[in-house]
Amino acid sequence: MRALVAMSGGVDSSVAAALMLEQGHEVVGVTLKQWQGADGSMPTSGCCTVADAEDARRVAAQLDVPYYVLDHVADFRERVVEPFGAAYVAGRTPNPCIDCNRRVRFRTLLERTEALGCDFLVTGHHARVCHRGGRYRLLVGKDSAKDQSYVLHMLGQSELARVRLPIGELTKTDVRSHAARLGLRTATKPDSQDICFVKDDYRAFLREHFEAVARPGPIVDTAGEVVGHHGGTVDFTIGQRRGLGVALGEPRYVVDLEPTTATVVIGTRRDLEVAGCRLDDLAFVAGVAPDSGAALSVKVRYRADAVPAILEHDAQGTIVRFRDPQPAVAPGQAAVLYDGEEVVGGGTIGSVIRTSADGES
Amino acid sequence: MLYLDHAATTVVRPEVQAAMAPFAAEAFGNPSGIHGVSRHAKNALEEARERAAELLGAARPLEIVFTGGGTEADNLAVVGTALAGGRRRRIVTTALEHEAVLESASFAGRLGCEVVIVGVARTGRVDPAEVIAACDADTVVSVMAANNETGAIQPIAEIADMRPSGAMLHTDAVQAFISEEVTVAGTGADMISLAAHKLGGPKGVGLLYVRNGIELEPVIHGGGQELGRRSGTHNVAGIVGLVAAMELSVRDRKGFRRRVGAARDRFEEVLSAELGDVVPTVGEPRLVQHSHLRFPGVPAETLLIRLDQAGVAAAAGSACHSGAIEMSHVLEAMGITASAAAESVRFTFGWVNDVSDGEDAAKRVAAVVGELR
Repeated sequence: MRALVAMSGGVDSSVAAALMLEQGHEVVGVTLKQWQGADGSMPTSGCCTVADAEDARRVAAQLDVPYYVLDHVADFRERVVEPFGAAYVAGRTPNPCIDCNRRVRFRTLLERTEALGCDFLVTGHHARVCHRGGRYRLLVGKDSAKDQSYVLHMLGQSELARVRLPIGELTKTDVRSHAARLGLRTATKPDSQDICFVKDDYRAFLREHFEAVARPGPIVDTAGEVVGHHGGTVDFTIGQRRGLGVALGEPRYVVDLEPTTATVVIGTRRDLEVAGCRLDDLAFVAGVAPDSGAALSVKVRYRADAVPAILEHDAQGTIVRFRDPQPAVAPGQAAVLYDGEEVVGGGTIGSVIRTSADGES
Repeated sequence: MLYLDHAATTVVRPEVQAAMAPFAAEAFGNPSGIHGVSRHAKNALEEARERAAELLGAARPLEIVFTGGGTEADNLAVVGTALAGGRRRRIVTTALEHEAVLESASFAGRLGCEVVIVGVARTGRVDPAEVIAACDADTVVSVMAANNETGAIQPIAEIADMRPSGAMLHTDAVQAFISEEVTVAGTGADMISLAAHKLGGPKGVGLLYVRNGIELEPVIHGGGQELGRRSGTHNVAGIVGLVAAMELSVRDRKGFRRRVGAARDRFEEVLSAELGDVVPTVGEPRLVQHSHLRFPGVPAETLLIRLDQAGVAAAAGSACHSGAIEMSHVLEAMGITASAAAESVRFTFGWVNDVSDGEDAAKRVAAVVGELR
């Protein structure tokens, strides 16, 4: 069969392409060009940069497979970068990689898979797809330290039917040893950590492109008392402890951001803990939500551990209640639900529930 | 692979390879030296210069400046004349020029030259009157002989006739020379850029014809070769290859127009018959080797990849550093919408093609377009 392999220029997708060839498939490599600077250049660091596209191209050449760079800069700007800035302006903490996967990447890649005459799409994510009990399931990657199932939670049955994730069956050590065995130039390339369209500091990027995030305002305590001033909400994330510029006895954390007044609310660690959160942009792998009361576990940040929680549906929508109060739950981040090693689905954190008595803020 | 991207670069002619071979081997001399090894190289260089001058109808061999390609020739023509003598001359050029000219004009603009970019009509052709209206007596005018994307031939001779005295006319004939007669007398231009690799010669070598008496500020500084107009040790093998390719192009031009024109015409004929709604981007006069077409409803990016898989090499827009297709500034200047431009593909035939290639290509393209619709 013919595989469309999304090649980022990193070691995972390089090995994914090579493994597909070894399994006897025909491979077509593509890189999505998602962002360019004002002068038409690609950023020079982060993923999807000129150097990364070049690595992907060179790996494709070494594997002797066709390789193309596909332009979806306009789509990406409209559906990922603009909402990224708008979310910060609204005092939220977005995850642009999830927005990209949700709104751009998989749709574009699956469309191309068909248009380019390929049978399925392969990416280098650390997660697994299996078909069991009459449906496709999305599972955490074999290497739990590298698991990327969090950013794929929005994939439903029609997507998973056409996606293969060979890297999820391997540990990162396995991936690197395959890369070394195959002599791929990306074998020792460090993992990318950055947001692909941001050169180094996302706050500098936001200040440059979305001026409203740099509006100065007050820093207040949970009683509403002004304890200081700041130069823009962009410098604060919920749960942040350092760089608050106020000296109070007990450690203080950012517990809330109020965009209309550019107010940063700080409080103690206890003030940071919330009982649950309300979810938007819901997507469930099986296509339907579990029943109200389902006991699951939930990850509220990419690198957070999954913690026990109960899913509830009410008249307004869907809520996740944590078994134990959780700190640093930021609206805009994704909450991803797991049943053991299986991804159930997830959504965007719309608001947090501060007390177990349903008092939302 | 049926290669239909000859405007990007074309097959090196065997006679050119043969002419270059000694200079890539035993005849390795640097023309700037006093010994026999140098003299041998110097003779080859100056013979090449004389022959290039003859082929272009230049009055003297020293009107030929060898460069590292067409882009460098364009840079030297535009920047070199605009800044010569410490001046900041006005530059008048058109929106459909190659980036080599547009970016050179923009650079000179940053150094204080006034730059006027004349627009083009939907025909893809510049209006000589508009160009002339933008000129004064101390202007550098740069208009290409034929557009590299659409193949539309530009009214150079008319512009040359109408220009105010004192205005200098440059034409980038990189794309046109293989199929159109390009001479100093015929174009009336004061400067002409050529690149070897579009003619069946090697990459990285070209020339600028500069009419005697035109002062140039060099853009490459160094040891003062080419009368100080272009420093750097001569690429003797490349220059010999360039002139051999020019010679063959001129000698074979009639045959090229007949043979390659027939291939292109047959391609368009069969394609129209098979698909019905194929829309040519420009009408005549256009280069005989160019076929720039819109396939309504078919994204060019997908079409090009599917053609690559089907063994047909074609192009669209201009490829950026990463290789992604971007909106062509030429089509944009012609007032073509982004969505129409994104359905447009360039097929360019070359000296190796004949009518059967045109027919074969049309059938393969029609089959892929059919699958995509």
